[in-house]
Order: sequence, then C-alpha cells, then structure tokens
Amino acid sequence: MKQRLSTLMVAAVMTASFAAHAQQPAKKAPPPAKAAAPAKKEGITAEFEKFREVLEEDNPAELFEAKGEDIWKNKKGPGGATMAQCDLGLGAGVVKGAYVQMPRWFADVGQVMDAERRIVHCMVKYLGYKEEDIRKQPFSNDQRTPDHVSVITYVAAQSRNLKIAAPQKHAKEIEAYRIGKEIFAYRAGPYDFSCATCHGDDGKRIRTQDLPNLRKPAEAVKAYQGWPGYRMTGGFMLTQQWRMNDCFRQQRFPEPTYLSDSITALLAYMTVTANGQVYKGPGIKR
Amino acid sequence: MADPMKIRAQMKGDTAEIRVLMSHAMETGQRKDNAGATVPAHFIQAITVDVGGKRVIQGQTSTSVSRNPVFGFKVKGAKVGDKVVIHWEDNKGDKRTDEAVIAA
Amino acid sequence: MDALRRTLLKGAGATGAIAAAMAAGVLKPSQVLAAEYNRAAFEAKDVAGALKNIGAGGATDNTGIVIKAPDIAENGAVVPVDVSSNIPNTVSLAVLVDKNPSPLSSAFDFANGALPEMALRLKMGQTSLVEVVAKTADGKFYKAKKEVKVTVGGCGG
Repeated sequence: MKQRLSTLMVAAVMTASFAAHAQQPAKKAPPPAKAAAPAKKEGITAEFEKFREVLEEDNPAELFEAKGEDIWKNKKGPGGATMAQCDLGLGAGVVKGAYVQMPRWFADVGQVMDAERRIVHCMVKYLGYKEEDIRKQPFSNDQRTPDHVSVITYVAAQSRNLKIAAPQKHAKEIEAYRIGKEIFAYRAGPYDFSCATCHGDDGKRIRTQDLPNLRKPAEAVKAYQGWPGYRMTGGFMLTQQWRMNDCFRQQRFPEPTYLSDSITALLAYMTVTANGQVYKGPGIKR
Repeated sequence: MADPMKIRAQMKGDTAEIRVLMSHAMETGQRKDNAGATVPAHFIQAITVDVGGKRVIQGQTSTSVSRNPVFGFKVKGAKVGDKVVIHWEDNKGDKRTDEAVIAA
Repeated sequence: MDALRRTLLKGAGATGAIAAAMAAGVLKPSQVLAAEYNRAAFEAKDVAGALKNIGAGGATDNTGIVIKAPDIAENGAVVPVDVSSNIPNTVSLAVLVDKNPSPLSSAFDFANGALPEMALRLKMGQTSLVEVVAKTADGKFYKAKKEVKVTVGGCGG
C-alpha cells in the first residue's frame, strides 16, 4: 500500500491534500500541509477567476460556433440532404435546448446517444461524412479542428443559459446513468485509479487547477460546461468525448473507442448529476 | 481564404465598445511540428478599424499576440447604426475585411 | 489635421506622403499597411531595441498609463491585458513583453474619437514585465510596467 501510494504521488504530481486523501482509509487527520494549502489556493483561484470572466466574455469558441452554424445551415449532403433533417431529440432540425437534453434514447437507432455521438451520426447520415474518416482523427489538434467539433460547438451554444435536463425516462437512459456511475467509481489500471480518485471529493486540485467533485450538481456543471471548450494552449476546440478519453489516458487505462457506450454512460452520469443547473458554455479552458 | 471575424459593437453612453475575434494561427516561427520541422511564422501584422467611414484605429502586431486574436476598442462620439469595418492583413498577404453595425 | 498623421507607427518606416495619402483617403488600407510594417521594431530582440525603433527611446515613467493584467496568468498562451492612458492627448499605445524573444507585441494609433485604450491577449513565454508605451500628440513618450507571473499547467483542465 505504502509503495503504491508513493508511486502515485510522484507520478501524478498531486497536491499534498490529495495525497492526504489517498491515505484516508487509514488516517483521517490531515497533515499540516493541508491546513496551509487553502490560503494559497484561494489567492491563485481568485486571481484566475477574476480574469476568467474577461476570457469568457470574448471566447474564441464563437469562431468555431460560426463555422458549425454554417455547416448546420448551409452544407448539403448527397441528394441535397441537410442537418435540418437531423433530430437531436426535440424534433427534426430543432437545435435550441437540444444539447442540454442529451444523452437520451433515440428510437431510430435503438441507442442512448450523447450529443457528440448523435451529431456525428447525423453528419454521416445526412451530410455524407464518412464515419471511418471521423474516427481516424476525431479530436482537434493545433493544426485542425474537425467539422463535427465545430457543429457540436454550435449546437452546444444554442443551449446557453438553459437548464440542463437530461432525460431519465426510458429504461436505457436510466441504465446508462447507472453504468456511468459504476464506471466513475471503478478502480483499475497500473495506478489503481478511478474517475472518482480525482473527481469524487471536494477541494482537490492538480497544480493550480481545481478539480470539480462530479458527484455534486453545482460542481458537475462546471465540468459539463467546460466542454466543448476552447483550449487556450494550442487554440482549438475540444469536446466532452475528448475530455473523457483524456481522463482515461491520464489514469493509464486503455483509451476507449471513440463514441463508445461507456463514454456515453459516463456522460449520462455527469449530465444527470448536473440536471437543473444552468448551462453557461461553450467553455474556455487553460 | 481566411475565416470571418466576429465583431460586436455596442453603445455604452456616448462611447461605442467594439470587440473583435479573429481566426488566425498566429504562428511564432519558433515552434516545431511533429516531424521536427520549424513551422514558419504566420501572423496578422496590420489591423485597421473604421467607424462611420472614418479611420479611427490602425495598428500593427507581432507573433506575441495570442492565437485567434481578440481585441477590444472604444470609440467616443460614434452613433447607433454607424458601420464598423475591420480589416487585417498577415505576413503572407492573406487578408480579411468584415463589418458590423453599432447596436444600441 | 488628422491625428493619425502624428502616430507611432509611421515613425520609423513610413514616408510622409503615404501618411498624407491615407489621411486623405486616397489609398486602400492594404497598400498603406503593407508599406508601413515596422519590421525593425517588431523584430528587435530586446526592449531597448524595440523602443528605439518606435522612437520611444527616451520614454519616461508615468502613472497615467493603466495596465490591467493578471498578477498570475492561468495560461501564458493567452494572457488577457487591458491597457489605457489617462495622459491628455495620447494618440498611440504600444505593448511589450520584456522577456519574449521579440518584446514588441503591438502598436496602435487612435484618432477621430477612438479612446487610447485597448484590450488584447498576449503570449508570454515566461514570467515577465508587461510594458506599455504611450505617445502624445506633441511627440512625447511615456511608459509604465506591470509584472505578470506565468504558471506551469495542470492536467487537461
């Protein structure tokens, strides 16, 4: 146990408070480092938050939103099909409010789909995009933000200031939430990590980044609305699917297949937890 | 062809607040790509802002400006309905002009 | 007289004829801009070189220049900065990042009602002073500076 903990601390560059937490089953009393940490953290966090408002006010995500809007409204697929035929759950072509009401059950495909999965599905079906091409490089990098990421940004932006309301009516929607909850707490991999290791308690951070406790609505919404988000490092858009994949990479798990059921399930868990909160995305992240 | 800018212009009292987002890589010329080759510098180097047909701002920029640049300006004496025309040019000769109308 | 004729930018590179043509609206912006890029100032490797090439070698400190920038930046790739001048008749502002390979980031001229104020976002390779130079209509230069710390990042955010 001790051996594993020290590896974990060094490898993950976690804060003192995190290491203290990892020992929690044995000892509850926090070491002095934990008492000293909050004062410093508040100063930095407050400084970041002050300028975060400035950054959010003019978010370059809008440039990608505009590109996505153009694709959604103007692009034609084979036979003249358009995204106006795409049903995001509220009827064909209805974009407003759709983003915050996914993942949901889609009877036409017999699947629960998160927003990214549904949008890719529609772009393949109506606009003639090839799914294998999208899968080759589904996430953005500093050279390229794929079209579907811009469309996701556009769709997400049409839910800004609306309440998150992922449905839990269909049995499969409820099942997705339950599976997501289970994966969230599932410990494995070389570091014996789970999502909950970093995101299951209050007050954790990595270096200067606060880590939201995804078990709480007011915290889950912070992660939810961060993505799709404009990544300041590199200057491109990243999605929730990317964020989930990267959490798996950081836990040293095998990375999930793009648009897999397990990621949809995790997104269902996170979104349902955030239900009732007001969506303020798309985000801007460091 | 460069992507369009997003321009917002709004009166606050007697002053127009103009915000513009530009889509540009703003490559420094110091970065290496995955193959180890230097990515050549590519950046916006000149910007002009016209309001109501008059040149109000002209500027020059370097690679120290962030990727997908954001600028904010204030112009006193502008009116609702005045046209705002923003133009940029980069070091490779790419250019872009977009306009907006000042909102109340 | 158009205030843009007395500006920072034409100082080193432009000829009076081009500036006059622009003020008179003869030239398209593209012609003017291409002719005028102040390469010497923007490619200078240190602050002294950059200041000299915008004519601001003798700039004096002045508290009338206001620099709003974070004490600690969340990400050096995007540091939001708002600069303005309360010095009467300010016609130009230039922003420099002392420790960047080429410190001069931007220089802007203001005329016809434009206030000497601008918001922009800077790349900062490391913790550095952000320096702002203001030029007034009578050809005088003033400066102010503020330190911005650049932190090491966390995870994917």
